[in-house]
Amino acid sequence: MSIWVDRNTRLLVQGITGREGQFHTVNCKNYGTSVVAGVTPGKGGQNVEGIPVFNTVAKAVRETGANAAMVFVPPPFCGDAILESIDAGLPLIVAITEGIPVMDMLRVKNYLKKSSSRLIGPNCPGIITPGQCKIGIQPGHIHSPGHVGIVSRSGTLTYEAVHQIQQFGMGQSTVVGIGGDPVNGTSFIDCLSAFQADPETRAIIMVGEIGGSAEEEAADFVKEYVTKPVVGFIAGLTAPPGRRMGHAGAIISGSSGTASGKIAAMRQAGITIVENLGEMGAIAKKAFAKALS
Amino acid sequence: MKIHEFQAKELFRKSGIPVPRGEAAFSVEEAQRAAAALGNFPVVIKAQIHAGGRGKGGGVKLAANAEEVKQLASSILGMTLVTHQTGPEGRLVKKLLVEEGLPIEKELYLSVLPDRGAAKIVFMASEAGGMDIEEVAAKTPEKLIKVFIDPLIGMKGYHANELAFGLNLSGDLAKQFSAMAMKLYRLCVDYDCSLVEINPLILTKDGRVIALDAKINFDDNALYRHKDILEYRDLDEEDPFEVEASKFELNYIRMPGGNIGNMVNGAGLAMATMDIIQQAGAAPANFLDVGGGASAEQVENGFRIILADPSVKGVLINIFGGILRCDRLANGVVEAANKVGIKVPVVIRMEGTNVEEGRRILNESGLNLITAKDVSDAAQKIAAIVKA
Repeated sequence: MSIWVDRNTRLLVQGITGREGQFHTVNCKNYGTSVVAGVTPGKGGQNVEGIPVFNTVAKAVRETGANAAMVFVPPPFCGDAILESIDAGLPLIVAITEGIPVMDMLRVKNYLKKSSSRLIGPNCPGIITPGQCKIGIQPGHIHSPGHVGIVSRSGTLTYEAVHQIQQFGMGQSTVVGIGGDPVNGTSFIDCLSAFQADPETRAIIMVGEIGGSAEEEAADFVKEYVTKPVVGFIAGLTAPPGRRMGHAGAIISGSSGTASGKIAAMRQAGITIVENLGEMGAIAKKAFAKALS
Repeated sequence: MKIHEFQAKELFRKSGIPVPRGEAAFSVEEAQRAAAALGNFPVVIKAQIHAGGRGKGGGVKLAANAEEVKQLASSILGMTLVTHQTGPEGRLVKKLLVEEGLPIEKELYLSVLPDRGAAKIVFMASEAGGMDIEEVAAKTPEKLIKVFIDPLIGMKGYHANELAFGLNLSGDLAKQFSAMAMKLYRLCVDYDCSLVEINPLILTKDGRVIALDAKINFDDNALYRHKDILEYRDLDEEDPFEVEASKFELNYIRMPGGNIGNMVNGAGLAMATMDIIQQAGAAPANFLDVGGGASAEQVENGFRIILADPSVKGVLINIFGGILRCDRLANGVVEAANKVGIKVPVVIRMEGTNVEEGRRILNESGLNLITAKDVSDAAQKIAAIVKA
């Protein structure tokens, strides 16, 4: 078990013929992900490393039975690409693209709410269930199967978390990067709720950063519903207010969205806080000892 | 992206949103001409900088006659305006806005922006105009009206009614206000604004609704479809190091008062690296994300920009090599260091694919590069540099 992706995932790649799309599609395939189709309008009939390319998502789904999409379409067209996958009824859409305008994402998000699709991202590294399925740009080889679920707003910080717990012998059930944009598809709460329900996941790491109030809401959720041990980290204690720290969503507005506010809320919810990034592995080892034994 | 008040008002005018008569002035003579063109006194002289709190900082003054216009324009132009948003170093005033003075009956607050949590467009309005809206929200939340709009449906008359009646407007004022709110919504959506704020929005004694102030911020991700807005960019308002970094599409933010430069791949890891520098007893001099992939070219440009800052006493490079192999990255760092020339100690922490080979390349480079084995080790080594 795991959450959302496993051996039965049949992946379709939107933007498969682009440089990034092609490179990462091959990496996912080599990792063991079943990549069944690609979509690039106007390039239907071609193939990428033996993967058939279609003009539209609807046709690709009809002909290959794809049940998940990975989106590499450039920002100006990415909102539309996600809408196309929602309309095609895909249950899971993972958008890697960084730089989608907020107004486009507002429309996508409101349309998404009326559908049965789950969107992960955008501006995220993707999702991986080690040993089974990798959708995204993560380095697959740093992961190994295990019982720690990880959810994070950042890419390389997620790899850091995976790496550090690996040093202490802890593998992962599923690792989800929910992305650094202000408006995204899947929230911390969605992931926490799925991890709580997943028997394979016995402990959870949550990596947040400044901006918005998703971590505070997640903390409330943990307090109320999560019985598995949770370790948390927040990046951006030194970030100045009003500046966009790389991620479009990482910005302190006035007095809201600060790292210290988030840490306080998480601590209050019983989450074990990692203050110094270098100690994440050691702290997780201790906090998860009972749950993983 | 931020723009000046006079530019925001230009957009308001184009959108049919009423603003006071007036024009921008870049010199005392232009200010005098602009005041004369208005035809009567008083006129308002407003400093144009990309920060709020200008009035309290002494950057907004009323001139009763031509002599005062000259006097005030000379004193405001060239002043270093310090407000709660500029930081203690303040901002040099190079531009003015000269406007007609209006008879104010009442000041209101109105803003429209995308709400990230609700994923809707939200209007915020209050009868406590002229005040900091955060303060209103904290002290008297009941005075803050919020109206959420689904962008798939768009703004409807009832949304405007909720705002107008919520602000206790009636009759012709309510009508004027509603028309203005509808136009503001269109402006916000059509131009991909991340904030449109009018504080204060005034009701005049002769029964008009006018945007006395105007602030617009834009979504950087959407600027590609608004070439006209890009024309509004004012490099005078940006840190010169940041302007240089933006030429190479580097995510760089300067941190005044810092002493440790740092270069990291990925925004989250970059923020976390700034944090560990501080926890180790030093101060980060910048935020720099060279991208999850970190190409050799990005590394070189990043290096150059960090080292150009004279306050940097040491550099920490923290890279998690995933898809990008550490050996290739190490070669990039060595090459960049050779090209740029490094005069301060550089601590490098790298992790990921082919890390041993990467460390060997760094150690054998003959450069003043100190390798760290993990994040904690890197932080301790940086702290040692600062203490030395």
